[in-house]
Amino acid sequence: MAIDTSRAETGYVHPSAAALKRRRIRLGDTLFRLALQFCLFVAFAFLASLIIYVLIAGWNRLDLRLVTNMPSGLASRADESGLQSALTGTLWVITLTALMCLPTGIAAAIYLEEYADNTRWYNRFLELNIQNLAGVPSIVFGILGLGIIARVFGLGFTIITAAIVLSLLVLPVVIIATREALRAVPPSIRLGSYALGATKWQTVRRQVLPAATSGTATGAILALSRAIGEAAPLILLGAVTFVRFNPEGISSRYTVLPIAIFNLIKSPQAELQELASAGIVLLLIILLLMNSIAIVIRNRAGKIR
Amino acid sequence: MSVTELGSRAPAPQPMRLGRRGNRAGERGVEVLLFIAATVGVLTTVGIIIALVFPTIDFFGDVSIVEFLTGDSWTPLFADKEYGVLPLLVATLVVTAIATLIAVPLGLGAAIYLAEYARPKVRSALKPMLEVLAGIPTVVYGFFALVAIGPLIRDYWPGGDKPSFQNLLIASIAMGIMIVPTVASLAEDAMTAVPRSLRQGAFALASSRMQVATRVVFPAALSGIVAAIVLGISRAIGETMIVTIAGGLISDRVLFNPIEGSATMTAFIASAGQGDLPLGTVEYKSIFAVGALLFIITFALNIVSFRLVRRFREVYE
Repeated sequence: MAIDTSRAETGYVHPSAAALKRRRIRLGDTLFRLALQFCLFVAFAFLASLIIYVLIAGWNRLDLRLVTNMPSGLASRADESGLQSALTGTLWVITLTALMCLPTGIAAAIYLEEYADNTRWYNRFLELNIQNLAGVPSIVFGILGLGIIARVFGLGFTIITAAIVLSLLVLPVVIIATREALRAVPPSIRLGSYALGATKWQTVRRQVLPAATSGTATGAILALSRAIGEAAPLILLGAVTFVRFNPEGISSRYTVLPIAIFNLIKSPQAELQELASAGIVLLLIILLLMNSIAIVIRNRAGKIR
Repeated sequence: MSVTELGSRAPAPQPMRLGRRGNRAGERGVEVLLFIAATVGVLTTVGIIIALVFPTIDFFGDVSIVEFLTGDSWTPLFADKEYGVLPLLVATLVVTAIATLIAVPLGLGAAIYLAEYARPKVRSALKPMLEVLAGIPTVVYGFFALVAIGPLIRDYWPGGDKPSFQNLLIASIAMGIMIVPTVASLAEDAMTAVPRSLRQGAFALASSRMQVATRVVFPAALSGIVAAIVLGISRAIGETMIVTIAGGLISDRVLFNPIEGSATMTAFIASAGQGDLPLGTVEYKSIFAVGALLFIITFALNIVSFRLVRRFREVYE
């Protein structure tokens, strides 16, 4: 009796058939899992070989010459060529970009998340527009810079033009990340603040924004690291010219690291190819540092919550 | 970042109407300032459209739109100028197709693994690495394609015609890897949005993990997955540096063969824009005409992608 009921519950199948079926499923499952892991493996193997390649190819030039010397125009002096003007150019452009796009982006995110009434068509339009802007190719922003900012506004091929274009390019990234951070702040914090008689702006300024700091900072860092690596729009904005001096102000001519690397790649000389690899290592170190700061901020925030 | 780009359509939290307004100096002013900041994005779009439209209209005063769309030679920088956009368009399509063929299986495989198989600890270790891959500047991808992938492929090329120094194949491979994180993170988002109950139901019916992933979660997340692919395609079409560095710059004839070098739309814009083309000439305006075509194509793809994302969000939220 007891045996019979247990059979009825489990649905009796002949032992060998059951084993066979289970094994077949397991084999398929294992192969599938391996195939999935292989997909990730390919991506990471590419990443690893890329990093190892540029490290080996640029090893001889990874020293202080890279940051203390200016690029040399003479083929015979390629050995002493460095990337100082590109590094200072990048610092100038990114600092200005941060000064312009972070306040604007954070303010826009506050409006959309805390103030905007979603039933109004113009607010939905603002939102749709930002999503769209995030998908516009970066070279099209270069065309905006070339056609409007450099020519119509008359700012020319200067640092300020480059910084404005990069700010507009990464603005959607800042806005979207900041909105996510604001949305993650629990409504109870806002309600508590209102209950104590705070106004809307006091609540946003003193309660919501501080609570969203880590998410906002992460988004800001990711946006700026995208701006640092961006080359396409600046090609149209005069950054390709050979620059042997550090920028002196916002209306100075300039070049930036990714563009300097692009120029070196185009040259046939082996020494300059080596310098290109070293420049890439420098660029990747800067980006990895920024990325890891972002990850640390995010992890710490995760632990506190 | 592409993960979060599409996620911003949640309803605004309602308690915000509770705050006292207008009874404190500046309260209204702040709101106006914030609103102005939010309109910068619209001004950017308007700026882009103005920057593209006027030179493009001018361009079509000099070159007929039929010649532009059907001509099979693009040589604005030659003495004998021809303005048929087909070579650029075909090269763009070839690169995009190969890059998509590489990125879709890899990206979806990675996404299924991360969403359905990886334990939380493994996932939190792998996702930052995908972000690093996404954060590598495209100049670096182009350089790697030209100096590492190119020679490797030439050495092991089976056929008689060796690939040329710059060719669309190596650019496509690098670009395929470049868009893997885009496809993977968006597709993973779509799959994690599938309710747990669907999985539990399938497991209760004795499905294996693979069956749950391929027959339950994948179909349920399909519109989001298609959106991820469409966005990946849109990124591939708009990518500039990889094709400029590694893809070649020939555009006087239509080339379907990926082992030859050929200029894409973006590669033309970048290479023509480097030199100081004299303002007002047809060749200068041609940059804007190609830019307008590029903008229209990517805009259409982005709209398709948003629509699909919204659909899967509506079903499960």
